[in-house]
Amino acid sequence: MSVKLQAEETAAHGGQKMMSGAQMLVEALKKEGVEVIFGYPGGAVLTIYDALYDAGIRHILTRHEQGAIHAAEGYARVTGKTGVVIATSGPGVTNIVTGLTDAMMDSLPIVVIAGQVNTSVMGTDAFQEAPTVGITMPITKHNYQVKSVTDLPRIIKEAFHIASTGRPGPVLIDIPKDISNQEGLFDYPEQVSLRGYQPTIIPNRLQIQKIVAAVKQAKKPVILAGAGVLHAKAHRELRAFAERVHIPVVNTLLGLGSFPGDHPLFLGMGGMHGTYVANMALYEADLIINFGARFDDRLTGNPKHFAKYAKVAHVDIDPAEIGKVVKTDIPVVGDAKEALKMLLEEDLVPGETAEWWRHLERLKKEYPLWYNEDNQTLKPQRLIEMIHELTGGNAIVTTDVGQHQMWAAQYYPFKEPHRWVTSGGLGTMGFGFPAAIGAQIARRDQTVLAVVGDAGFQMTLQELSVLTDYDLPVKVIIVNNYALGMVRQWQQLFYRERYSESLLPNQPDYVKLAESYQIKGLKADTEQEARAAIKEALNTPGPVLVDCRVTPDENVYPMIPPGKGIHEMEGVKP
Amino acid sequence: MRRILSVIVNDHLGVLNRITGLFLRRGFNIESITVGKTETEGLSRMTIVVNVEDERTNEQIIKQLHKQIDVIKVIDITNEPAVERELVMIKVLSPLQKRAELTNLIEPFRASIIDVTLESVTIQATGNPEKIEALIELLRPYGIKELARTGVTAFKRGGEREREVPRIKHDSLSLI
Repeated sequence: MSVKLQAEETAAHGGQKMMSGAQMLVEALKKEGVEVIFGYPGGAVLTIYDALYDAGIRHILTRHEQGAIHAAEGYARVTGKTGVVIATSGPGVTNIVTGLTDAMMDSLPIVVIAGQVNTSVMGTDAFQEAPTVGITMPITKHNYQVKSVTDLPRIIKEAFHIASTGRPGPVLIDIPKDISNQEGLFDYPEQVSLRGYQPTIIPNRLQIQKIVAAVKQAKKPVILAGAGVLHAKAHRELRAFAERVHIPVVNTLLGLGSFPGDHPLFLGMGGMHGTYVANMALYEADLIINFGARFDDRLTGNPKHFAKYAKVAHVDIDPAEIGKVVKTDIPVVGDAKEALKMLLEEDLVPGETAEWWRHLERLKKEYPLWYNEDNQTLKPQRLIEMIHELTGGNAIVTTDVGQHQMWAAQYYPFKEPHRWVTSGGLGTMGFGFPAAIGAQIARRDQTVLAVVGDAGFQMTLQELSVLTDYDLPVKVIIVNNYALGMVRQWQQLFYRERYSESLLPNQPDYVKLAESYQIKGLKADTEQEARAAIKEALNTPGPVLVDCRVTPDENVYPMIPPGKGIHEMEGVKP
Repeated sequence: MRRILSVIVNDHLGVLNRITGLFLRRGFNIESITVGKTETEGLSRMTIVVNVEDERTNEQIIKQLHKQIDVIKVIDITNEPAVERELVMIKVLSPLQKRAELTNLIEPFRASIIDVTLESVTIQATGNPEKIEALIELLRPYGIKELARTGVTAFKRGGEREREVPRIKHDSLSLI
């Protein structure tokens, strides 16, 4: 473009500046209020990193792109804001595939900026080329490839809008290197107009009234609260509603913290390793009111036996979740907060539930969570209880997947939202530690604990560098049972104790490992040692790693065996 | 049960991949799919014929289609009076002495011969899938050398505009 033409162009657009695609991206990120980016540079994003050099946006350099996206997920989970990730083309972006799927399954708002090779060589198997749009199409809420620099501002605006509205989810923008270099006019749209994307926020009043009528009639009602309540920031409304109608509340794994874990109406978590009373309540109920849970199979057990006697009301912002797994009698599409607000405006009359409550109280008392106490060794369940006690229940806890995750869910009652960061839908090993990094960056004022298994931690432990680099006081608690604990448990119970490739007798010296990253390392083999170590960790201003060697053969109970119904829990009593 | 869905989508690169990818991921089987431009610039119509087990699967397909950002509307025309057409081209062996017989045979189908060689003719026909099937079966004994079908394209018959499946149904669908 000639100088003269460029000047005319600028004049025609009210003095807006010509800038490169990379600069546009940075400007757009600022306009979206992005305060931190997690990423890793590479050839295809060099121009973007150059534009970031003096942009004033914080960038966290992880040691692997998987670490970057899990950190962004942790950030999104505790703030409710969109997590932003930059990865280079090819291996950079294939390394974030796990995190994208994880964010998709758990409905987390993430925007990924992916580098791509020059448009001139796309499709030629060029160096570090991967078909990013095709690879990530099924694991993103939406994705884009930028074909012209003039489209870039609109696409970024749309990406942030799509990621954070309706049912949140990850959006990827694939930017070829030459598009980052190309100059264009930066015209950032104020509004988004997408004909094919109009999430329904306000529920239908008549449907809400059907819930009110059902509550009045119900003798055995139960509320199921999922992560949708947290995404909608509707925990106060949920509590007000439950108290008004005096209905017990069951949480899903991801919904923990949406209802106070110490509330008398709380029955605990439902599902495979939920409490007996929560599962029996779901099984026997004559009314289930589901706010923002998607009836995952880990919750329902064999769906044939789930909600067998219940009228089901399902409030969800995603219409496709309603009726997907469980037959729904009262479908309500909309935001959980709006639905609860509308419910609270109605004349709510609780049903006759005295007998139901007597039954539930009996189950609660008779079948609590249990484990065999033992003073000689360190019981993982006791370890979690101790963490809860020593943090006053105020910490942010992140986990991977598996036994330690279930124990954390069972023995750490979350009283408040946005304190629990776990990989639910995808069940991602290696998630917990980088997610803790993201959570700590978001909440410098809070104690963040990465409660991880020894196997999962070894998948992403290179991110220990990040703690040192950015002076993050994350406390890593390794629930070390020298095994892939849940795999070992299943092999014990369902594969005749043939422990095929699930035992990890040789492990690194985690204390030395921590020290090599200039992090304080502690270890504990008994309850007393663990107590002292965790106290020390919590009193140390910087990052600390505590290797807690727990009883290796402990199992997570109670459990719904695979293929069984929600009422067929095993290990309910010692 | 056979369902015909007419889906209006943004005419973007990769949209076909997005839709077929969705069907693959969710395990829905596509019988045929056709795509072409519509009367509106920037919009394409996909006609997707699926074979679903039950109404619940059909509901899920429609809801999942609606979730796609590039999907503008979904019209289920299965139970509507619809115009449904498919084009077929059949290259069939046709020695000269049999050619008159062949011409007579295809006449009731309003099919036409669009290419001729000494050994074969290429027949073109349009119609609903049943008619196409019948023609193919009739020609099979002559020796079909090549065959190409386009898959069904369709829309609702009559003057009024097509009624799309609403993104949200409060009562009927989710009861299933």
